[in-house]
Amino acid sequence: MLTAMNAAIYVPDFLVAAVVRVEPSLQGKAVAVLEGKPPVVMVAAMNEAAAEAGIEMGMTKLQAAAYPVELRQRSPAQEASAHAALIDCAQAFSPRVEDTTADTVVLDIAGLERLLGPPPKLAQDLARRASELGLEANVAVAANPDAAIHAARGFAGVTIIPPGKQAERLGSLPVDVLQAAPEILETLDRWGVRNLRALAALPEVAIVERLGQEGLRLQKLARGAVERPLVPAEPPLEFEETLELEHAVALLEPLAFVLGRLLEQLCARLGARALATNELRLRLVLDATQIEDSPRDRVIGRSGHRVIDSLARSPDDLMTRFIRLPLPMLDSRLFLKLLQLELRAHPPGAPVVKVTLAAEPVKPRPGQGGLFLPATPAPDRLELTLARLAGIVSEQKIGAAEVLDTHRPDAFQMKRFSPSVPQGLKAPEVAPPSRWLSVWPSRPHARGRDALATAGQRPALHFPIMALRRFRPPLAATVEVRNGEPVRIITGEIRGEVASVSGPWRSSGDWWRGEEKPLPRINADSHGSSWARDEWDVALSSNKGVVLYRIYCKLDSGQWFVEGSYD
Amino acid sequence: MSTLHVFPSPAASRRALTGIEGVVPASRLGARPQPRTIPTGIPQVDEITGGVPRGGLTEIFGQASSGRTSLLLALLAQMTAREELCALVDASDAFDPHSAAAAGVDLERVLWVRCEKVSRFKCHVSRHPRETRNVKRETFSRVEQALRAADLLLQAGGFGLVVMDLGDIPPAIARRVPLASWFRFRRAVENTATALVVVEQAASAKSCASLVLKTQHSAISSQPHSNQQSAFSSQQKRESSPHIRVCCAGCGWKSRF
Repeated sequence: MLTAMNAAIYVPDFLVAAVVRVEPSLQGKAVAVLEGKPPVVMVAAMNEAAAEAGIEMGMTKLQAAAYPVELRQRSPAQEASAHAALIDCAQAFSPRVEDTTADTVVLDIAGLERLLGPPPKLAQDLARRASELGLEANVAVAANPDAAIHAARGFAGVTIIPPGKQAERLGSLPVDVLQAAPEILETLDRWGVRNLRALAALPEVAIVERLGQEGLRLQKLARGAVERPLVPAEPPLEFEETLELEHAVALLEPLAFVLGRLLEQLCARLGARALATNELRLRLVLDATQIEDSPRDRVIGRSGHRVIDSLARSPDDLMTRFIRLPLPMLDSRLFLKLLQLELRAHPPGAPVVKVTLAAEPVKPRPGQGGLFLPATPAPDRLELTLARLAGIVSEQKIGAAEVLDTHRPDAFQMKRFSPSVPQGLKAPEVAPPSRWLSVWPSRPHARGRDALATAGQRPALHFPIMALRRFRPPLAATVEVRNGEPVRIITGEIRGEVASVSGPWRSSGDWWRGEEKPLPRINADSHGSSWARDEWDVALSSNKGVVLYRIYCKLDSGQWFVEGSYD
Repeated sequence: MSTLHVFPSPAASRRALTGIEGVVPASRLGARPQPRTIPTGIPQVDEITGGVPRGGLTEIFGQASSGRTSLLLALLAQMTAREELCALVDASDAFDPHSAAAAGVDLERVLWVRCEKVSRFKCHVSRHPRETRNVKRETFSRVEQALRAADLLLQAGGFGLVVMDLGDIPPAIARRVPLASWFRFRRAVENTATALVVVEQAASAKSCASLVLKTQHSAISSQPHSNQQSAFSSQQKRESSPHIRVCCAGCGWKSRF
């Protein structure tokens, strides 16, 4: 039968620790936390250094400012993040974790010796992991949860209480650690009971007569003899870090420092639960007094890529951005770079007063690619490269083209560049030509539905497909027509006599649709209204030689355009 | 008392050294290992060039309608058939996905970067009223965008083929690309499995190119035709099919077919 063993993690001065966690520069300094709304702002918590400096509970902000201490406003969001980090720390070691109070958690470590080592090592590891998460905690191991809690609250650092030695080890602790009602503590003080050893030595009947059942419970706690089952908690998997800035941040560089700190904490928490993320949500609260009047660009989808679906401005002056990643990742530096590039492309527009960063937890990418598969860019580097490319050309101009299932000319859409994992097809030393024309078709190449339909076929080998180079947008041209055929073309740089002509090919479509607004990543020239046109292939002779062009005439307006050149 | 040192003759030294196992005379070290190449998918080109070299810069240049893009699509089709990733930096936004799909290119494996006429990006700072004066605005021409994008893609690594399409950029502008940029590109792909291909109207990378392909077409028939059939008959097409001249850097024109 397993011996019950419990470890308690206690964070002293939790309110201060929650502040120091997001501002590591405050470590080792005297810090006091203020609470309340002006003008009644008072000291709600302080660390030991601040107490030594003379700060007392209940001091007003003005009084506290006279002392050499750092003053910070209390932030419930930061405390919630710190508490979540504390639970993550415990969950990294044991699935049975009791969420005792905001500053204390207890975990069941019975049976973990073979997996994680003996209790002293495990306690040291717990303290180290808490420190990695930005919390300096006391850790105590005891046979029952309450003894562990009191030891963690009373002794600094790591404490190990062997089974059966609870009363002996807890005896030296003051009765305050029991967190009893003030009147009971006052009574015990009047009796001269200062520590737990004295309380444990009192006769039980006499205590019940004077203090009731609560007195008996306190005595059992003092003896470390309270046996109760652990109540495991299953907190939701939410990973969110918040920082309220004392002074609004206007520049991106200092904002990057803030984001870096939050990302480090977030990644440490995810790492403690052996998780990664594929989506980051950044929420910025802006200074309402300095928001520009100009409408902000409401980008709905740089959809393809990792990023940004929305930029919403709510009545609360919130700016929200999403960064979606193709694969689960856990690299705070990469995330920071992506956020920097994103904010550089879409500046907030006003100073930032509060930053909230949340991550969607997912299981990390398992395994690795095949040894003999073609090399591909590392996912994180590819993502970073795409983000950097988006800084050079616009986001909608990067991605993989997808031919749409329509006869409309130049109908395609840009989609996110996320190639499938290579399947390790055995490529021949010289791969066969994948597409050839057996006979010259009526048109130099198929397109649209024809292109889709011919995919996968491989006719007899003769000539490679002759490609079209498009002019986007098509060039408006003046075309001289004789006997129904174009004989001369004049446009900006393209002009000359038609040496040879082929056509026309008439096409039309989408007449059943009205004027539709194209989707952001669909080629705007090839979507929306109906089309009807006659196409010609012409060879123009000029001083540069003969060049083949595709021209077309819009049937509704009679206007001519040069669509591209064959090359 | 003087000492006379007698040195063995070079021939004798060579004979002595070649007798030792594993020692190669320096005179034979000039033979560099053949670079790994990618077949273009056009047997005639592969027969002469052996394919596009990995770890090197290849230039495909020629006038419009000379077959540069067709050759490029054939190469892209070969690479994507091998499940390798390709990047196409399209300076003129001239790439036609329909032609590529018809040529057998797996578009899912081609990262298409479409350079814009003018790209402006501002930022570095927020639009805070006090900081507005510090907002930087940068404008890049299409060629600058293409160079920057290609640089990023080469630095990222992992792509089997990176194509910089300057095919519609006038040679006068393309020649303004500093030689240092071409040197940097060449250094970036050296000793990697990436092939860098530049499509343009006139060769401009000079000695930085490992392989230079010039495409040109022969005369096209200007016979009158009827509306009912294509102006370019099979025979005429055969005549107008691209001719390719192949050149190895620094050794002049090698062959023509």
